[in-house]
Amino acid sequence: MNKWLETVEPLVYESRIKVPYTWSVGEVGSRFLIELRDHKKIYGTRCPKCNIVYLPPRKTCSQCFFNLDEWVEVGPQGTLITYTLVHYESSMMPMKSPFAYGIILLDKANTGLVHLLDEVKSEEIKTGMRVEPVFKDERTGDIMDIRYFRPVR
Amino acid sequence: MERTAIIGIGMTKQERRKESETFSDMVFEAVTKALNDAEMTIKDIDNIVTGCNDFWDGRTISSMAVGDASGAWDKNISCVEGDGTFVALYGLTRILSGSYRATLITAHSKGSESISSLITNAMFDPIYTRPLGLDAITSSALQAKCYMDKYGITEEQCAMVSVKNHRNAKNNPYSQLPMDLSVKDVLNSRRLADPIKLLDASPITDGACAIILADEGMAKRFSKHPVWIRGVGFCADAYHLGDRDLAECKSLEKAAKTAYRMAGIENPFKEIDVAEIYDAFSYQELMWSEGLGFCEKGEGGKLVESGKTEMGGSMPINPSGGCLSAHAVIAAGLIRIAEAVLQVRGGAGKRQIPDVKTGLAHGINGPCGQSHCVWILGE
Ligand SMILES: [Zn+2]
Repeated sequence: MNKWLETVEPLVYESRIKVPYTWSVGEVGSRFLIELRDHKKIYGTRCPKCNIVYLPPRKTCSQCFFNLDEWVEVGPQGTLITYTLVHYESSMMPMKSPFAYGIILLDKANTGLVHLLDEVKSEEIKTGMRVEPVFKDERTGDIMDIRYFRPVR
Repeated sequence: MERTAIIGIGMTKQERRKESETFSDMVFEAVTKALNDAEMTIKDIDNIVTGCNDFWDGRTISSMAVGDASGAWDKNISCVEGDGTFVALYGLTRILSGSYRATLITAHSKGSESISSLITNAMFDPIYTRPLGLDAITSSALQAKCYMDKYGITEEQCAMVSVKNHRNAKNNPYSQLPMDLSVKDVLNSRRLADPIKLLDASPITDGACAIILADEGMAKRFSKHPVWIRGVGFCADAYHLGDRDLAECKSLEKAAKTAYRMAGIENPFKEIDVAEIYDAFSYQELMWSEGLGFCEKGEGGKLVESGKTEMGGSMPINPSGGCLSAHAVIAAGLIRIAEAVLQVRGGAGKRQIPDVKTGLAHGINGPCGQSHCVWILGE
């Protein structure tokens, strides 16, 4: 397209778009994360019309648009719905590869939670496997207060 | 629906790294080609809709950064932050409103300028999912596993999609990765996130595309070969992955049904001559084939095995090489539309399927095909 550009080394400008940010987690998020932090308990919200328990908890039922305020303790055990073993690294990943992600349907919940799997050999991970959460000792009110899920032994 | 046509298309070559070009340079090239194709000048365009994503572009209001390149000065310009099929959908509604007659649609991205894993990680909920480091590849792997387990789809069947599409790309001068591969090559390629391997995944790509939509009067005035929009459908599923049955694509089924009804299509497998569908990963072509009703649920693997989706088959899928051979995010769905337009016109060169009367283009948005947009184009 441009002959002149072929005679020089094209320049690139190297920078970044890293911006510190503070997200409000709201009423529902606060209650969920405080239960995790203070009591190692996992709570969802229930829609009485649809009889769906949402995890992570929501304020609004996606099916019927109802405002949710009924809290249900779920888990702590659950069933693995699907998983993947990861073989590459990325700076947002909290573990060194190989490690596994899973979607876990906690008992009494109707929607799955995406999280990490550990304390299990990769060949032993199976869909339908029963798992339980392992909590951090020092919790800060963060989804990573659950370190990972491991098989129930 | 009032008759609306696509009267011009243009695209850049899709490449791993367009180091010499800014993203607006790419858009200018695609727009210039689309105007030439339509035998129009920028003066004939009365409004513009751009497809831009601030994270991929590394700046906010990135639509304004392509304003000049889209000839938007003194015109109405708007933006869709999502796949090109949805950008074109907004453009179409503008024409159908009666307020505009000729809409220029652009879409672009430069995957090479950032780190894809970090950009796609940012599509997830920052409180509940992002801290896990989940990205497009790992989330899709969770879906692939779910789908393949439920229906007994094999890694070999997925690999066949990659072999087919990379081979098709050899006929497409705009594609990035034309390759002769064997199923074994795909199976032995580097494991990314099981069951997805390197050659099951689409590449990082730079590219742009532009199309021109026109109402019936404008289309007849300017174009010798208008391609008419016969049907469009779109639908969104839940955002949180755990809310969805990832083995199913209900939102695609609904989007397809809407588009087919509008186009008067009762048997898509028989009535559609060629399909360009959004195969970001090899398993997706199988899953979306089912959602589009080309075969029964769970039969996507058998469909590719049958050879029917090959160039010479009765339902050729992705003669362009698909996203597996070139995946400029945001532009990719618009490129699917442009490719379908070329097929309907009979202007697709070496990748032309004979006697195309009806073509389908498909795009997705959100993690694991959360939203789908289906276009039916015809003579
Ligand atoms: Zn409800």
